[in-house]
Amino acid sequence: MTRKLLSDYGMVLVLIVLCVLFSVLTLKEQTPEDSAAVARLIEQINSEFKKSDIILAVGAVNKDSAPFAEKLGEELGKKGFGNTQVVVGTPRDLRLALDDIGAKGGRLAAIATSGNVTKWPMIELIGEKYPEFSGCKVLVPESYIWPDFLKRSNLLAIVDRIVVIAVIAIGMTMVIITAGIDLSVGSLIALSAVISTLLMKKMGGLQASGWIVLVGFLAGILSCGIVGGLGGFLVARFKVAPFITTLGVMMMARGLAFMITGGFSIYQVPKALPWLGQGRSLGIPNTVVLLVVLYAAAHIFMAHTRLGRYIYAVGGNKEAARLSGVPVKSVIVFVYVISSLAAGLGGCIQTSQLNTGAPNIGVMYELYVIAAVVVGGTSLSGGSGRILGTLIGAFIISVIQNGMNLLGIESYTQQVVLGAVILGAVLLDKARSGGGLPGFLRKKV
Amino acid sequence: MRRIDKSFPGVHALKNVSMKLHRGEVLGLVGENGAGKSTLIKVLGGAHLPDAGKILIEGRPVHIPSPTAAQQAGVSIIYQEFNLIPDLNVRENIFLGREKTRMGFVRAAEEHRKTLQLFRKIGINIDANARCSELTVAQRQTVEIAKALSVDAKIIVMDEPTATLTTRETERLFAIIRDLKSQGLGIVYISHRLDEVFEVAERVMVLRDGEHVGTRDIAEITRAELIEMMVGRLIESEFPKCAAGLGRERLRVENLCRGKAVRNVSFSIRAGEVLGFAGLVGAGRTETMRLVFGADKPDKGRLFVDGRKTDIRSPGDAMRNRICLLTEDRKGQGLVLIHSCRENFGLPNLDRFTRGMFLDQRTERKEFSDFVESLKIKTSGHEQLAMNLSGGNQQKVVLAKWLARNADIMIFDEPTRGIDVGTKYEIYLLMNRLAAEGKAIIMISSELPEILGMSDRIIIMHEGRIKGEITDVANTSQEDILSMAMA
Repeated sequence: MTRKLLSDYGMVLVLIVLCVLFSVLTLKEQTPEDSAAVARLIEQINSEFKKSDIILAVGAVNKDSAPFAEKLGEELGKKGFGNTQVVVGTPRDLRLALDDIGAKGGRLAAIATSGNVTKWPMIELIGEKYPEFSGCKVLVPESYIWPDFLKRSNLLAIVDRIVVIAVIAIGMTMVIITAGIDLSVGSLIALSAVISTLLMKKMGGLQASGWIVLVGFLAGILSCGIVGGLGGFLVARFKVAPFITTLGVMMMARGLAFMITGGFSIYQVPKALPWLGQGRSLGIPNTVVLLVVLYAAAHIFMAHTRLGRYIYAVGGNKEAARLSGVPVKSVIVFVYVISSLAAGLGGCIQTSQLNTGAPNIGVMYELYVIAAVVVGGTSLSGGSGRILGTLIGAFIISVIQNGMNLLGIESYTQQVVLGAVILGAVLLDKARSGGGLPGFLRKKV
Repeated sequence: MRRIDKSFPGVHALKNVSMKLHRGEVLGLVGENGAGKSTLIKVLGGAHLPDAGKILIEGRPVHIPSPTAAQQAGVSIIYQEFNLIPDLNVRENIFLGREKTRMGFVRAAEEHRKTLQLFRKIGINIDANARCSELTVAQRQTVEIAKALSVDAKIIVMDEPTATLTTRETERLFAIIRDLKSQGLGIVYISHRLDEVFEVAERVMVLRDGEHVGTRDIAEITRAELIEMMVGRLIESEFPKCAAGLGRERLRVENLCRGKAVRNVSFSIRAGEVLGFAGLVGAGRTETMRLVFGADKPDKGRLFVDGRKTDIRSPGDAMRNRICLLTEDRKGQGLVLIHSCRENFGLPNLDRFTRGMFLDQRTERKEFSDFVESLKIKTSGHEQLAMNLSGGNQQKVVLAKWLARNADIMIFDEPTRGIDVGTKYEIYLLMNRLAAEGKAIIMISSELPEILGMSDRIIIMHEGRIKGEITDVANTSQEDILSMAMA
């Protein structure tokens, strides 16, 4: 069983190795900034200080530190520390606050803060610059060692980054399993984005309701499906090479997207637009929910339905499939329609993440999508491949990008590394299916 | 070759096999499918490395790790599937990988001269500048032989060289083989057609289940004895025909036409009947059946299934009308080679294996298990890939997938091509059983003994037309059919 899993999804190992690698490389001292940390800090203050002491809650302007300081100030106020002040901003703001306290002749008892603020020189030099505050204590939640890579916010960022590509890769996997290819998906992202946002703009713009967003999305997705269906028809009926057909569709769709908006982006979008790409349901990001649902459905479809089996058969041997009664042409049209619908959905997600309908999004995405599918173990010659493998392939790409960002590697180097890793992953996969690494290296070509 | 041993995952393909080939001799190599003939040859040709054992050529041990090394050692192998590149011409194919060059440029004239020299040597006349895709199968075969000779081979191995040749072309090939023999080459001749082995070989070596059963002088063994050695049991008759009672008309075809391949073909077949289609390769038999099955569109013609006029536009239509077609090209059209046996079995039957929205894989597995048992399919499991099966077992998987559809009209196109004696026999018994169940069976075959041995009635085709029909099969000879098929 394990062996079968490994052979079907060998790329899981690569993904795990990458995650471990980046976790080790990004190990860092972390100071917690969540509500539990606030509570602990308040307990400490409660036991060590009098209610009348002057306490500063300091935070930098970022999405972890600022809420921490504000929350701390609020909670201290509730506990009866009436002389608490909240300072959110730059070191300069802190200095102004200290000057102010000094001018009023107050005596600062403590500075409570977290994260990067503790590294401000101001904090360390407080005794020198303000001798009257030399007794002031700096209170920080207890720190611990944890990789940046595994922080909740970072893991969510990885999903956000890859969700569009991963969704489209579902359709691409099916297309590639039929021994086809779909180059048009990147352009269809843009087409879907502009059609859906244009519709939302016409139907009320900023004031439009959530239903209008849904209608816009459906319109964008369906128009992509129609375009893809036409492409699939050309491939199936006239046996035009999929590469050329979808190349043509790719150019036309991109051009159409620019024509529709006159080259501009659409900003007059409803307030409900970001829900899909940035919102949460029951505390889980919608993008995560969407990925799980879509991949589960696609996996079941490919492994446990008749049409799924037909898709494999068409890619494995078109003629044998046809002579076994498989409606080959319909199957081919179907996979291109699915691929385009997925691209349309990807466009909606992207639009929702950006909160804008732009005709220039999704450039080069088709190549990342194809890379995800191939890294996931689907053969370009058709007939074999796994949907869940594709998900892993997509994550491998995203994890590499994210990890390199965390390590501060510049973007040009990132491209080189990403390309090399894609090649390495594919070679590794070949080696695994070809009877182990030693045999693979010995093999004569 | 001494004590060659080779295992693959799950299969012990060769068990301590030794083979001896003399100069100027033709050694027949026979055995059922999966007996290890191909593996033995691939070891000799450098495609596989043996786990144990030695190869000696002219008394010296040689190491053959690759096909190139085999060529250098003087071994040339002509595989069953041709290795010619269709878009290159004859000369380019012969010198492929060993081009005669000067400063990086191909010396075409030099190659051309050498090619003609080779052709003279084996007495053939083919345009060295013709593209290989334009050649007939027989011509391609001779080009392969020329290519094999061009490397100064001492040993030539031919794997099923006559599988796609006509009788006359086969005679031509034998003449070449005898000529090569007299020039002192050693030839290993692999074939399922025992007549040919008796005609051309001096000695015959038999493999069974990876073991060397024995090597005999051809003069000292009878055909029946040879079959017994191959199969491991006695087979009384090669064609166990028993006629079933004929029922009502199942299929009638009227005036079927498609281009030049099929011209005005009409015939009918009744339940319980085995209708043989004889003719030369390219006579339009396969093309006719593809029209009946809806694989190609006819220009004209009508089809009646069980007396009702029926439109068949696709294989799916044909299957719904309970017609099935077992193609002659197993690998190209019968199977999805990179998929498992079970998936291949299921493919035409998925409508039956669907419950609601989803596939019922348990039923699929169970039915396949039944067929694996009843047809005695040798696999390492349901999930074994079709491409890893031997030819006979591949054919059995194809049989299983169509038997499971329980069609009433079954078209068998060359059902026993490239299949060993034992499996052939099983297929004949199966055809008897199907006929007895009231199915109508159309059998296309290029092997006249098979046509004569198994058919109730024979239709002979020539250049797309029906040339004649024989109802009194018992009093017909191979020559009778041949004379109709050729003229």
